[in-house]
Amino acid sequence: MEELATENKGQNLESEMEDQADASVMTIEIGPAHPAMHGIVRFTTQIDGEEIVDMIPEIGYLHRGFEKESENSKWIQITPYTDRLNYVSPLLCNIGYSMAVEKLFGVDAPRRAQYTRVIMGEISRITDHLTCLGAAAMEVGAFTFFLWFIKGREYLWELVEEVTGARLTTNWTRFGGNATDIPDGFLGELQERLEKIKDILRECDTLLTRNKIFIDRVKDVGVLSKEDSISFGFTGPMLRACGIPYDVRRSDRYSVYDDLDFEIPVGSVGDCFDRYLVRMEEMWQSISIIEQASDKLPAGPIAIDDRQLVLPDKKQVYGNIEGLIDHFKLVMEGHQAPAGEIYMPTEGGNGEVGFYLVSDGSGEPVKCRVRPPCFNFVSAMPAICKGGYVADIVPIFGSVNMIGGELDR
Amino acid sequence: MGVETQFQDGFMTTTIDSVVNWSRKFSLFTYPFVTACCGMEYMAAACSHYDISRFGAEIPRFSPRQADLLFVVGTITHKMAPVLKLIYEQMPNPKWVIAFGACASSGGFYQNYSVVQGIDRVIPVDTYIAGCPPRPEAVLDAIIELQNRIQDRGPQGISGINPNQEEKVIPKARESKENLLLSRQ
Amino acid sequence: MSTEQEEIGNLTQLLQEQFPGAVQSYHQHRGDETVLVERSQILPICQFLRDDERSKMEMMIDLTAVDYIKESPRFEVVYHFKSLSLEHRIRVKVRVPEEDCEIDSIHELWLAVDWYERECYDMYGIIFKNHPNLQRILMYSQFEGYPLRKDYPIGRQQPLVEMRPVNERHDYGEL
Repeated sequence: MEELATENKGQNLESEMEDQADASVMTIEIGPAHPAMHGIVRFTTQIDGEEIVDMIPEIGYLHRGFEKESENSKWIQITPYTDRLNYVSPLLCNIGYSMAVEKLFGVDAPRRAQYTRVIMGEISRITDHLTCLGAAAMEVGAFTFFLWFIKGREYLWELVEEVTGARLTTNWTRFGGNATDIPDGFLGELQERLEKIKDILRECDTLLTRNKIFIDRVKDVGVLSKEDSISFGFTGPMLRACGIPYDVRRSDRYSVYDDLDFEIPVGSVGDCFDRYLVRMEEMWQSISIIEQASDKLPAGPIAIDDRQLVLPDKKQVYGNIEGLIDHFKLVMEGHQAPAGEIYMPTEGGNGEVGFYLVSDGSGEPVKCRVRPPCFNFVSAMPAICKGGYVADIVPIFGSVNMIGGELDR
Repeated sequence: MGVETQFQDGFMTTTIDSVVNWSRKFSLFTYPFVTACCGMEYMAAACSHYDISRFGAEIPRFSPRQADLLFVVGTITHKMAPVLKLIYEQMPNPKWVIAFGACASSGGFYQNYSVVQGIDRVIPVDTYIAGCPPRPEAVLDAIIELQNRIQDRGPQGISGINPNQEEKVIPKARESKENLLLSRQ
Repeated sequence: MSTEQEEIGNLTQLLQEQFPGAVQSYHQHRGDETVLVERSQILPICQFLRDDERSKMEMMIDLTAVDYIKESPRFEVVYHFKSLSLEHRIRVKVRVPEEDCEIDSIHELWLAVDWYERECYDMYGIIFKNHPNLQRILMYSQFEGYPLRKDYPIGRQQPLVEMRPVNERHDYGEL
């Protein structure tokens, strides 16, 4: 697949590397379209025999201009773009963005909306980890594991579809609440599905966690020291695998996570196996969070009663002139966010997803920036891979869980 | 009728084209060129729940030289376009292309400086799948649609057979779709 | 943005004591501690924020820029820092004029900065002085202009391969 690299190269890098290279060092191109790479990224790798001497990642193959599109949209029109940032856990990005705009307005969603957001967000986190681990395991040969995990993901996606109307691109949250409430009988079905997920997790745990072949591929592979991980700005499972219990849900105490009891799993060495274990345990924690949140789910409205933010009831729109005017103004002019700038960190599937919003008081955002957790991981790939073998790139990259939409935006 | 009377029972005659096309349509080797969100639905379509292999498009070949059906799954940016073109050119004839999802078909809702406004501006396309992302059922439908077309027309009139006549071929492919729709009614 | 200017955060106070005159303005809008500092002082300020016992910013969370096209100086480079041990955050902003679009690189302080500065250069054309490898990262090297500047039209594409003519497509006009 090496010859797939194209004329579109960073030529400077190439020639630089060739100058440095001595006779025994060979340059190979991995990507951008490579079977073992989930995501499009190119690694210009220098190898000495099987050993990686140097590596230059090239990204941007999925740069879709999220920020430019955002600056040319109304605030509410950005929500669908956030679905496609981290497309493995779209709900978490939805929630992060809506909470950021709520922070800009200085409002909070009602309790019921917060709890349903937690439930849906954690479902999304489980689907994220299922996909990540499934794909990573498939790339090192465990195909059964992948099929079972995708089966589990289907169970959850059907639930997501019931609530949001879409399997993947949900566009579910609004400012000051959610678009829809959970349907009748949802919680019962959720519990059933969670039991199925638990079965799958138990099965796969026995299948892989003590599997000699798998452990040989991932144990002590891709280690990055604690200090370097912090300096590289790692967050999420990657950082927790190094033994640092940093979780935005805990440290920034957003939403209702304070009322819920959960543990932050940490690894010890920070190798690929630790990342696998951390993600497995996080899914159990997410299941526990969902169960607690379903038990505590309060009754009440799913959106605040503020005509600056939330569309009025259809009954109001058709029934009286104020409702109609509010509806018209909100749809035609958009949300009039107050001037100011905020940064709202949330815990995404991969780590800290932060939205930095700047508003000048007009209806359109001046800046809508998302802090991508994957960006740091891929920038650290040379540091992680150097000294390892070519075959190690695959499990390392699988454990990094690069999501193109989030990396390149 | 005719020559069939010369044989014993259990024989039937057909044209060589339809036999070849029949074998072609049920042995599509796909190359999934997965770039973005749609890849998640491609995975869903390929896995046990929807099981694309029921329709004879089971094996993904991760080398363009071993594939005859190119799935372009996800957004293609201008940075990625040369890679896509190269991969398409590396595939042996006859070859078919499916544009998977709104971004691949038309650029989707990304109408900006970096996104190619539909992969048909880079390579010829046979079947477009709508949706952002399409549901797995739509993917299966597109495969059946393409198979019908391969059975009817073989590589003729399909965009991939003669790269020199691409511009002329595309309207034909669309015509044939209209004909198919008409014949179904 | 200056509505809540009367409140002053601990870190802001610390910076004001340590670098007299370098803090041009500050605010705590919605609880986000923010300081706008002198451009020439950015490297020592970041170094101080990282190393001092009272701030201990181990992590560079985010680095980006904002284009205020109608104001002068036009650009604002925005840094977000986070301290894991002390659990606080700060936002540091620096104004950069268009005609002299340069700022000191802080890549020596955090490993993550390298790529973020490249991205910022790629999108806004802000030069980070002493950066080891300041090249385009998201766009391709043939790309001209800086896409996130407000005066770059959103629909101006610069294809690398020849675009085939496409018929029967509804024309949306100039994007």
